[in-house]
Amino acid sequence: MTVRFRVNDDSVELTVPGARRLLDVLREDLGLTGTKEGCGEGECGACTVLLDGEVVDSCLVPISQVDGHAVRTVEGLAPRRPSQAEPATPGDLNELQRAFLETGGAQCGICTPGMLMAGEAFLASGAAPTDEAIRTAIAGNLCRCTGYTKIVEAIALAASRCQPAGAG
Amino acid sequence: MTLETRTRPAVDRAPLRREGPAKLTGTALYTDDLVFPGAWYGLTIRSTEAHARLLGIELDPAFDWSRVVVVTAADIPGPNIVNAIQDDQPILVADEIRHHAEPVALVAAPDRGLLREAAAHVNVRTESLEPVLDPLLSERVFAHYEIVSGDIAAGFEEATVVVEGEYRVGHQEQLYIENNAMIAVPRDDGGVAVHGSLQCPYYVHKALRRSLLLSDAQAQVIQAETGGGFGGKEEYPSILALHAALLARACGRPVRMIYDRHEDIAATTKRHPAIVKYRSGVSAAGRLVAQDIEIVMDGGAYCTLSPVVLSRGTLHSGGPYACPNVRIRSRAVATNTPPNGAFRGFGAPQTEFAAEMQVNRIADTLGVSPLELRRRWLYRPGDSTPTGQVLRESVAAEEVLDRAAEAAEFERVRARTADARASRAEGGSRGGRGSHLAHGIGLALAWHGAGFTGSGEVHLASVASVELTAEGRILILIGSTEMGQGTKTIFPQLVAAALGVPMDDVELAEVDTALVPDSGPTVASRTAMVVGGLVIGACRRLRAVVEERSGGPFPETYLVDARVHGATRIDEHFEPYPGIDFDDTTYRGDAYPAFGWASAIAEVDVDLDTGEVAVRSVVAADDVGRVIHPVLAEGQVEGGTLQAVGYATIEEIKLRDGRYLNDRLATYLIPTALDAPRIETILVEAPFSGAPHGAKGIGELPMDVGAPAVVAAIHDATGVWIHDLPASPERILAALAVAGTAAP
Repeated sequence: MTVRFRVNDDSVELTVPGARRLLDVLREDLGLTGTKEGCGEGECGACTVLLDGEVVDSCLVPISQVDGHAVRTVEGLAPRRPSQAEPATPGDLNELQRAFLETGGAQCGICTPGMLMAGEAFLASGAAPTDEAIRTAIAGNLCRCTGYTKIVEAIALAASRCQPAGAG
Repeated sequence: MTLETRTRPAVDRAPLRREGPAKLTGTALYTDDLVFPGAWYGLTIRSTEAHARLLGIELDPAFDWSRVVVVTAADIPGPNIVNAIQDDQPILVADEIRHHAEPVALVAAPDRGLLREAAAHVNVRTESLEPVLDPLLSERVFAHYEIVSGDIAAGFEEATVVVEGEYRVGHQEQLYIENNAMIAVPRDDGGVAVHGSLQCPYYVHKALRRSLLLSDAQAQVIQAETGGGFGGKEEYPSILALHAALLARACGRPVRMIYDRHEDIAATTKRHPAIVKYRSGVSAAGRLVAQDIEIVMDGGAYCTLSPVVLSRGTLHSGGPYACPNVRIRSRAVATNTPPNGAFRGFGAPQTEFAAEMQVNRIADTLGVSPLELRRRWLYRPGDSTPTGQVLRESVAAEEVLDRAAEAAEFERVRARTADARASRAEGGSRGGRGSHLAHGIGLALAWHGAGFTGSGEVHLASVASVELTAEGRILILIGSTEMGQGTKTIFPQLVAAALGVPMDDVELAEVDTALVPDSGPTVASRTAMVVGGLVIGACRRLRAVVEERSGGPFPETYLVDARVHGATRIDEHFEPYPGIDFDDTTYRGDAYPAFGWASAIAEVDVDLDTGEVAVRSVVAADDVGRVIHPVLAEGQVEGGTLQAVGYATIEEIKLRDGRYLNDRLATYLIPTALDAPRIETILVEAPFSGAPHGAKGIGELPMDVGAPAVVAAIHDATGVWIHDLPASPERILAALAVAGTAAP
């Protein structure tokens, strides 16, 4: 089938089998390899992307369900899209990415893209950034390196910077 | 700024993770992100029995085999052996299948659909054989050790209290979030380059050279960004690289072998299960006077690293306690289950769980606080270990214990939980946290030998290099890999500090065996200590060379020196640590150049109706010698602590007929953010004089203490001891039922 949708700032039109996983479309058809596969069955959250702002496991979403919708991936977070010639620098990062870098929220980095997307959705929700609320927001994203401590710290830090003092 | 006026920067204690921006923008390239035009996809045909004779591999004549390639044992140019300690593991089964999910044949095809179709037309004919599944019944021994110090019989004669115990721990999966992955690319010279997720490029290099009959240059190993290892990418990548390379050789194209989670759990190595028995004697004066320890580890079907895992487990099994009379007997045996291998802690978490259970049970028997008992017994400078090693320096058992106990307010909380337990026993309220929840606190203490065991580092003969390039950059050339710990950050940090140059001027060469020397494997928490020491040594020599030539300080003269003299490269070779000597045959002497020390205090809530455990908090105090980067160091402690909490509470592999039953992420559970305790890390620094920077390593320390601390806390909450890991709800309810405390 032919599907039309938005990925980050781009409009995409593709002819693919309707059952093809969104994850494979992103990684293989569009070359957006920032989104990772960890289990292929919706358990680990490494492939988390935002579909119209909602957190989804892209390994469980057939592309037919994306037709007419908007997908946001880790590649859409930083204001400047890094390249091999001009790799990402700390100055390129958005608030949440920067907070992950400062607190040590990314170690091996394989869960990081999914974790960032879950974190972005949490920040966008405007919910109070309590420890419990942040942990609940990332409960579907497994990390084996950090013990989650610094990831929770990173999201709380980004939330504090995104909100004006005294707000929330 | 002109070239000559740069000044020495302040030493940055916590620079940002070097590869962080790439990981955070999704531009870091892991193996499966690499694109090789025209690459085929590879797949492994595996055994479905634990033990069988391979009678034949039949290719269905109805299928068009010209469109794919198939590789069997007959296609291996060199020895059909995965290079490791023993030559027992075949790359592909030739005659005898020894475990479920063992590789029997390989298939590659230009697309995944055709690959699956081809695989479905391969028929493996076998004749079943009786498997050996119980390690206690196995007669095939991979390794055995006996360590004796003092007089064990005399020790027990002196003892007035004797406590016995048997403890069992099961498999644990490393569960890095990136599965094992390898891509093999044929080289023009008839060799092969492999790009993969791996910890030890030179292990893979050696395996390729040996079995594919390649020269040093023909075998090239390049580490892609690696999404976690924890030991699971120590030895396993060798067989995967061999498989991918054999297929690439057969089809003449790049071949991608990217495991999915199911295959990764079903086929790759796990932490060794172990059965550990103790008999401990305490004198009337309250001294630990005798320890008789017996360890059996299940190696699985092939040897892999079992002798070394067992060795570390054996050497640590006495725990960090002085005892004049010790006997430790251990063996690692074969069973018809998938081979076990390296996993953070490498044998020590198994035996130290048992050692700490034993100490906690002795404290319980004696009616002494577990904190007080440890303070009496723990190693202090000048004490001797069971191998006769005198702990001369860098002994921080007492400090980590006291720091953790103070931060966790151990005795105060313990008094409170004791009151709650007493009140429950009287049939009153079950405690203040809800009618069915019991709160408990538990303690553990451990030591962890830094670097390779025994004379391992001498045999490794590692090399690390630092080069002042002709362009005036500083280039670090090491085979040590980044897999999340921070290698790529701490090495530029160490070098910038040693040379007095800005960290931004220091680069790391790509981990590619065509470029970097063999710095030894990235294992055993040895990178910061051993390779870090070599790199600092190389920097000191480079500095001396340049300063000799220029007559001025390195930071002010190196750029001119590079312009005038071109590149200067220093290769630093490992030299044995002075005064450290170990005899591998008698197991006497200095088993490790130094030890790291760790304490953990866990608080739990146990649901007395369901047996469920919630680990609320862990205070972890770890002595790492010298902290190089506090944020990265804390990250190691936090991550290791959670792996240990998982090991203690939920992580378990169930087997039937030698097959892992829960071989998916839906059934093998690891802790989520909601399961994770609040972790408070205390970094203690008792520097090791043999390393120029004093660092001793950190990665494995937290893994040794988490599980016994959690199980001690469960006991504190409930009054029952859980002897086997994990302390699952089923085991806790069963123990409560036996103790008669499950009601009212």
